[in-house]
Amino acid sequence: MEMAFEIGVSALLVIGGLLGLIGSYGLVKLPDLMTRLHAPTKTTTLGVGTVLIASMLWFWVRHGHATFHELLISIFLFLTAPLTANFIAKAHLHRTAGHDDLPPPGDGAVWAGQQPPEDEQVDEPNILPEEGVGDAL
Amino acid sequence: MFLSRLVPHPILTLLLTLVWMMLMNSISAGAVAFGLFLGLVVPFLTQSYWPDRPRIHRPLKIVAYILLVLYDIVMANVTVARIVLFVPRAKLQPAWIVIPLELRSPEAITVLAGSITLTPGTLTAEVSSDAHAILVHCLHAPDPDAVRDEIKHRYERRLLEIFP
Repeated sequence: MEMAFEIGVSALLVIGGLLGLIGSYGLVKLPDLMTRLHAPTKTTTLGVGTVLIASMLWFWVRHGHATFHELLISIFLFLTAPLTANFIAKAHLHRTAGHDDLPPPGDGAVWAGQQPPEDEQVDEPNILPEEGVGDAL
Repeated sequence: MFLSRLVPHPILTLLLTLVWMMLMNSISAGAVAFGLFLGLVVPFLTQSYWPDRPRIHRPLKIVAYILLVLYDIVMANVTVARIVLFVPRAKLQPAWIVIPLELRSPEAITVLAGSITLTPGTLTAEVSSDAHAILVHCLHAPDPDAVRDEIKHRYERRLLEIFP
């Protein structure tokens, strides 16, 4: 029983390590930014998840006290990983994609990141130096 | 109503209390009391940033939805690992997919976008300016229409039951 438990925990750790390795290999192998984003958002998330489950099981069964910290870490990871990916994708599209590169959303709408600013004058900060500053130099 | 102004997000209050108890790793009276204090103060102070309470029908369906997504995450990892390891770069067929939405509540769209990113080889990149469509990137999609139909059928249909 003890043996089976240790094998189970070790298996979870090894699976976690393998998933992390595959995710990192995906970063190297895949051709461009959008495809590269897929590897770390999934594989690495579950890789960390299995390591955390292993840790939780180990301390629960071996030392008799259950901790919920690992569970919280997994929840926060699962909540933040999609947001990070979404922001990287948005920044990437903003920098590189033109109007014709993406399929249109339909209904005459545009993608939110490609929307023209409503009033450029308002958002433009006043970066002109104040009068007299140049003269002093 | 007085009570709903004092406790603008009851579920958030409950959630914050639970998270605090998990952080403290105890169910002692002190942890519960301070958790409850945070659960009451944080939603109260932030309510002006989040004026509407999301209406949730059938809360039990959320549990079923979370289990479905967790199962899909595990399968997604196997799928993506296989693609990374065995599909050669030249054979990879990434695709952009437009998913027209029937969901209207912002919370529901956020949940849908998050689920899509966490599951098989798909990643949410953009939302349209009228929030009636989202843009999804597929790692390897020989048949983009099938992916769109699966997302609509598997996730959006269930979310429509939870967030009307």
